[in-house]
Amino acid sequence: MEWYTCCMGMKTAAFQVNAADNVATLLGVAEPGAAIELLGPLAGLELKARDRIAMGHKIALRTIGTGDAITKFGVVIGLAIRTIEPGEWIHLHNCHSLLDERSGSFDLYTGAPRENDHA
Amino acid sequence: MPELESGGREWTGFLRKDGRKGIRNHILVIYTVECASFVAHAIGHAEPDVHVIGFPGCYDNDYAIRLMVALGTHPNVGGVLTVGLGCEYTQPSRLADAVRQSGRPAESFFIQENGGTESSVALGRKLVGQLRAQSEADAVRVPMTLADLTIGAECGGSDGTSGLAGNPVVGRAYDFLVERGGTAIFEEVVEMIGLRELMVARAASPEAAQELGACYDKMLAYCRAVRQYSVAPGNFAGGLTTIEEKSMGAFAKGGSKPIEGVIRVAEPPPHPGLWILDSVPDTHFMQFGYTNPNDTEGIMDLVATGAQIVLFITGRGSVIGSAISPLIKITGNTETYRKMTGDMDFNAGRVLSGEVTLDQAAEELLDLVVAVAGGEPSKPERLGHREYFLMYKHQDVPALEAGCRA
Repeated sequence: MEWYTCCMGMKTAAFQVNAADNVATLLGVAEPGAAIELLGPLAGLELKARDRIAMGHKIALRTIGTGDAITKFGVVIGLAIRTIEPGEWIHLHNCHSLLDERSGSFDLYTGAPRENDHA
Repeated sequence: MPELESGGREWTGFLRKDGRKGIRNHILVIYTVECASFVAHAIGHAEPDVHVIGFPGCYDNDYAIRLMVALGTHPNVGGVLTVGLGCEYTQPSRLADAVRQSGRPAESFFIQENGGTESSVALGRKLVGQLRAQSEADAVRVPMTLADLTIGAECGGSDGTSGLAGNPVVGRAYDFLVERGGTAIFEEVVEMIGLRELMVARAASPEAAQELGACYDKMLAYCRAVRQYSVAPGNFAGGLTTIEEKSMGAFAKGGSKPIEGVIRVAEPPPHPGLWILDSVPDTHFMQFGYTNPNDTEGIMDLVATGAQIVLFITGRGSVIGSAISPLIKITGNTETYRKMTGDMDFNAGRVLSGEVTLDQAAEELLDLVVAVAGGEPSKPERLGHREYFLMYKHQDVPALEAGCRA
């Protein structure tokens, strides 16, 4: 069963762990515009991906204002550093840790550090 | 009746003179300084039952000595050879004495007192042969069940699937193990950021609640002081955005049972049930650098509690194994499982695709644990992996502070 792949026009599953969560985790890859099949407490919610979102990454379920908590597993996992619209990819570019000073300084796609010059 | 109690899960293990029960009968070669590491590895070369560990530092460290003694008296170890160069602070003969007190045969020597590389390797191989013969003569075969097992759990190379599938499957398997009288340990306190209330709420007693709260507070102060949080580029690439997110996923491997308390490195759990291992350094003028240098360091800490098997959950995939205790590798990412089938023991991603329930996956995982306990090699064992990592660190253990200095 090719559950982990998804192409244009097909629904990609995403899992909301806790009813309090304003994000869900993609169980496949979603291309921009792809319809999301939400599993978990808010199953059935109409949602389309606004960005390309890789498997294991997070999608916003509702509008999240600047400085608002981003919640997954029912716990606060970070704060929004700008307004996030439903269907947006949530990652290093719009969500920062409450504690980790390096949070947000990494390459958005590879996660590689950018402040150390290896050259 | 025994059939019912063990759920048919019974195998034959090795009863040591100190009463501990092992699932392997290894000879352990321990070097006491980096300068002796080549000779130690040459002694163990091409000997399937000989595992090698060692401490790189020349200056001794109580924490590292406790770790070496704990590993030398591990249930899976039947005999120990300690090898030093001859200049270092840590004394091989003192380590061997400590191992002998556990009833296991042990030998030691300094390379400088035995010529050079060739003569030391020859001596070491001869001593290993004697230790093996003694260990085989000493080994008492006994039936074992899940109640005799201590299992450790570590995650590494975590991704967005780890907190949804890999760790929850281990957590459920831990629930089942504890219900059957076994002992379950998880660590990575540095990956419990933001979870103080959840941890304390899981305490089995007021004492445990106090230990868990203190453990959390120390960890957070340490992470802030060294400005290191246990989240890496691969985690980010795999969809984890912050240490807080990674933490909640990691904590899922602790299942849902009450937490009996906090143990320190090299300390066996006082009684069965679920425990948290604190491997974070205590306050010390040297501060000892980083909290979490790599996955293998954490696995060694778990092995040193007496864990006969360690479960390793990796969403992105990893190619490590472990000295002394078999590592069973679990991934919640079906793609990783397909790409790295030769290294991965268990695909927990089937829970996400709906192929199996969490309970079914957890029971299957326990079946695999029992098979490995019964002698079937895990994938890392089959591939010959024996990673180890011992570092300088400081933890307060007043009763043991004397260590093994000469």
